[in-house]
Amino acid sequence: MDHILELRGISKYFGDFVASKDVNMLVEEGEFISVLGPSGCGKTTLLRMIAGFMEESEGDILIKGKSMKGVSPEKRPVNIVFQSLALFPMMNVYENVVFGLKRKKIGKEEARELALDMLHRVGLDGFEKKKISELSGGQKQRVAIARSLVMKPSILLLDEPLSALDRKLREHMKVELKELQKEIGTTFIYITHDQSEALVMSDRVAVMNKGLIEQLDTPHNLYNHPKTAFVAGFVGDNNRFEVASREGEKVVTKRGWKVTKPDLDFDPTVMYIRPEAFIVNPEGEVADSEIFEAEINTVLFDGANTKILVKPEGRDEILIALPQNARFQALKEGDTVRVAVAYDNIKCYKE
Amino acid sequence: MIRSLPNSPLYKYGFRVYVTLFFIFLLMPLIAVSVLAFNDTSAITLPWKGFTLDWFFADTTERLGLFADEDLLRSIWISLQTAFMMATLSTIVGTIASLLFESFTFRFKNLLYFFAIAPLVIPGVILGISILLGSTFVGAWLDTHLGIDLEIFGPGFWLVVLGQFSFGATYAMLLVSARLKKFDPELEEAALSLKATRLESMWYITIPFLKPAILGAFVVTFLMSFANFNTTIFLVGSDPTLPVDLYSRIKFSSTPVLNAVSFMIVLMITIVAIISTFMKRKNR
Amino acid sequence: MDGNKKAFYFLFIPVALWLFILIILPHIDLFLSSFKPNSGEDVYTLENYSAFFADPIYWRTFINTASYAIGVTLLAFVVSFPIAFYLVKVISPKVSGFLMLLLLIPLWIGELVTIYGWVILLGEQGVINESLKFLGLIDHSLPLIYNNLSMTIGLLYMSMLFMIIPIMTTMESLDDAMIEAASDLGASKWTVFRRIVIPHAMPGIINGSIIVFMLVIGDYVAPNILGGKSSLWFTEQIYNQFLSTFNWNQGAAFGFLLLIISSATIWMALRLSGQKLDKVGD
Repeated sequence: MDHILELRGISKYFGDFVASKDVNMLVEEGEFISVLGPSGCGKTTLLRMIAGFMEESEGDILIKGKSMKGVSPEKRPVNIVFQSLALFPMMNVYENVVFGLKRKKIGKEEARELALDMLHRVGLDGFEKKKISELSGGQKQRVAIARSLVMKPSILLLDEPLSALDRKLREHMKVELKELQKEIGTTFIYITHDQSEALVMSDRVAVMNKGLIEQLDTPHNLYNHPKTAFVAGFVGDNNRFEVASREGEKVVTKRGWKVTKPDLDFDPTVMYIRPEAFIVNPEGEVADSEIFEAEINTVLFDGANTKILVKPEGRDEILIALPQNARFQALKEGDTVRVAVAYDNIKCYKE
Repeated sequence: MIRSLPNSPLYKYGFRVYVTLFFIFLLMPLIAVSVLAFNDTSAITLPWKGFTLDWFFADTTERLGLFADEDLLRSIWISLQTAFMMATLSTIVGTIASLLFESFTFRFKNLLYFFAIAPLVIPGVILGISILLGSTFVGAWLDTHLGIDLEIFGPGFWLVVLGQFSFGATYAMLLVSARLKKFDPELEEAALSLKATRLESMWYITIPFLKPAILGAFVVTFLMSFANFNTTIFLVGSDPTLPVDLYSRIKFSSTPVLNAVSFMIVLMITIVAIISTFMKRKNR
Repeated sequence: MDGNKKAFYFLFIPVALWLFILIILPHIDLFLSSFKPNSGEDVYTLENYSAFFADPIYWRTFINTASYAIGVTLLAFVVSFPIAFYLVKVISPKVSGFLMLLLLIPLWIGELVTIYGWVILLGEQGVINESLKFLGLIDHSLPLIYNNLSMTIGLLYMSMLFMIIPIMTTMESLDDAMIEAASDLGASKWTVFRRIVIPHAMPGIINGSIIVFMLVIGDYVAPNILGGKSSLWFTEQIYNQFLSTFNWNQGAAFGFLLLIISSATIWMALRLSGQKLDKVGD
């Protein structure tokens, strides 16, 4: 069985600028894949190449095993939901949804049935005659998605479609989109710079940086086992420490913190430890952990996400997440805490 | 200095006087012709001899009013036909040109664009004589080499239309391009993504977006054609357009019927200008 | 990209036909015709151009027309600039909208009607002379028409709007805060105009000047109807060759010379201001 989408060594150059470099990817039918990266990392370029709006400089794109070389956008079995949504302002909701079906020369009756069914699925029954300007942000979103899904694409490409919405609606649409995808079963390729969108919705996430895919993995692995320093720093909150040297089993940061990290077989330049990897005032003995004492510098109260900043004498500042536990509510500035972190949770990289 | 700043009275009133004088200068000739169209005399100017509608409706040997003057009515009719054809052609080709130059890159694009906007800076006289020479040359060549005698290559209605169209398309193109620059190209990509061909996407998405500008271009080129003299005079055949007719009458046989025609034109243009101003305000 | 190619040719062909048949070809023909003798012989000769230089009436008219056109352009700028500034920056936008409407009306009415209006105003028994006589200010008609003054009025009238509109367009993008800031920093009105307003409006001024110059140097109606015997205009020579003496080849040479002088002047204006021709139409 062919993969629904295969990227084979895709590179794209704009003069000297490298927008994509040797991108490889295999996507299974029905998967929800996100491409996550900061702006300018080349994720939109990648999407536009899959859609056919841009031609790759090197490599090949295969959809259902068929090369897309020289195939124009209107002949590819993919559809895009654009960042601006790009709903046609001169047409009403129904005309927008039925636009693509008409281009496919689908009969009027059948097209009408398909369009109404799709509007029903996205919860827009009775909205057919509405003008685009009369819709709310979330409704526009659904029209844009319905307009593309009604075409029954092999792959639906989504270019940060939630970025224009306010925060609350975005949270809501994330869940809705995920459920819609599960129900319909179309393969989604979702471009975003928002890690929460990517982690919540996707089966797998490709983290992209400077045109390269740094890691393509499940959200869980991405978070817990980042393969590169960039992924460790980009996905989730993290403490970053510049490393100066290695002395046997000890890693020494530039500020002079000596941390035990056994079994390293290379000289790291940078070290990451997640705020929630620290255990504050552990009870009893903790095995295989780095343990130290420090004074609380600042308490950053944020309800369930409350954190503390500690700064051991002359060393790096460390952000530590506090578990929601009555035990820690009394902690205040100036208190001294004992902190432990398991060796496994100390991630070292060579940049 | 400007709205938001305090000004000395000298600056304020000095400016006002100047602007008032300017607008008097601007409107004086139009008011003069309009008022004198109703003067009960055979002279085109003052003194005022009383009110009459003779210069519109009279049909006597001494006084031939506008609506009885068949030559004049005929030239108006020819001008309207010319303007309609010219505006239609110019708007279509101008819109096509604007789509071509805004959304495609191709070899010699800059050179072609240079020729497309050249009519802005080529005096109308030159366009007139060039097209006259060109069409005569082609017509003569066809006649001697192929034995075909096509009337279209001689001075006449179609040559006037083509001559005016040569620069009308430039103005239409610029007017349409101004709006096309505000078009969100993602809309066209969305249409392509929904499996429209490039032409379909232009037809269903881009053109409807351009509609106000296309309509505007039609009106502008229509009026340009209706008023054109410099290019037309070389290409006109035995049937003069209104400006050509007016010119020869001003030169050789002025009667207040000229004032009557002028008044009608002033009236029409004022109405068109008011409508278009309102339309613009509504579009905003 | 076959759909793309189809669309391209669909658009390209009409545009190419327009430009090739109606712009490029006729001008090549103009150029070639100017080197042909009027006798119809199929040879190339410089006689049309030597005729131009041999007869002072031709080249004097030519120089006269070109320098006059530059003068009218400057005059149009001086007259128009305060109006453009006033409409955009001084009065309220509502009044300005109405005045804009008044500005556009003469523009669309066309040259013939407005020039005819000036004939009525300036004529020996024209509105102005008759009014002055009626008021007892003069006994005999003033020589207002058929001289350089009336011609200048006509040329200025039909061209100045093409100066005002581009200047207004550039002026609209000038932030009021800029003028306020300059005044706040103690600049006089004159300094504000010289250092802020005029530099900002420069692209509009250049565009306007180019169009006014082109309209004036290529005009026929105003010089011919309002001008006197001494106000010879070069376009009249071209008209005469084409429509009276039927020496088309001589006319083509004159036309070509006119095209050269107007293109050269425009090119120089663009060079000096560092602008591109594409911007003229904006």
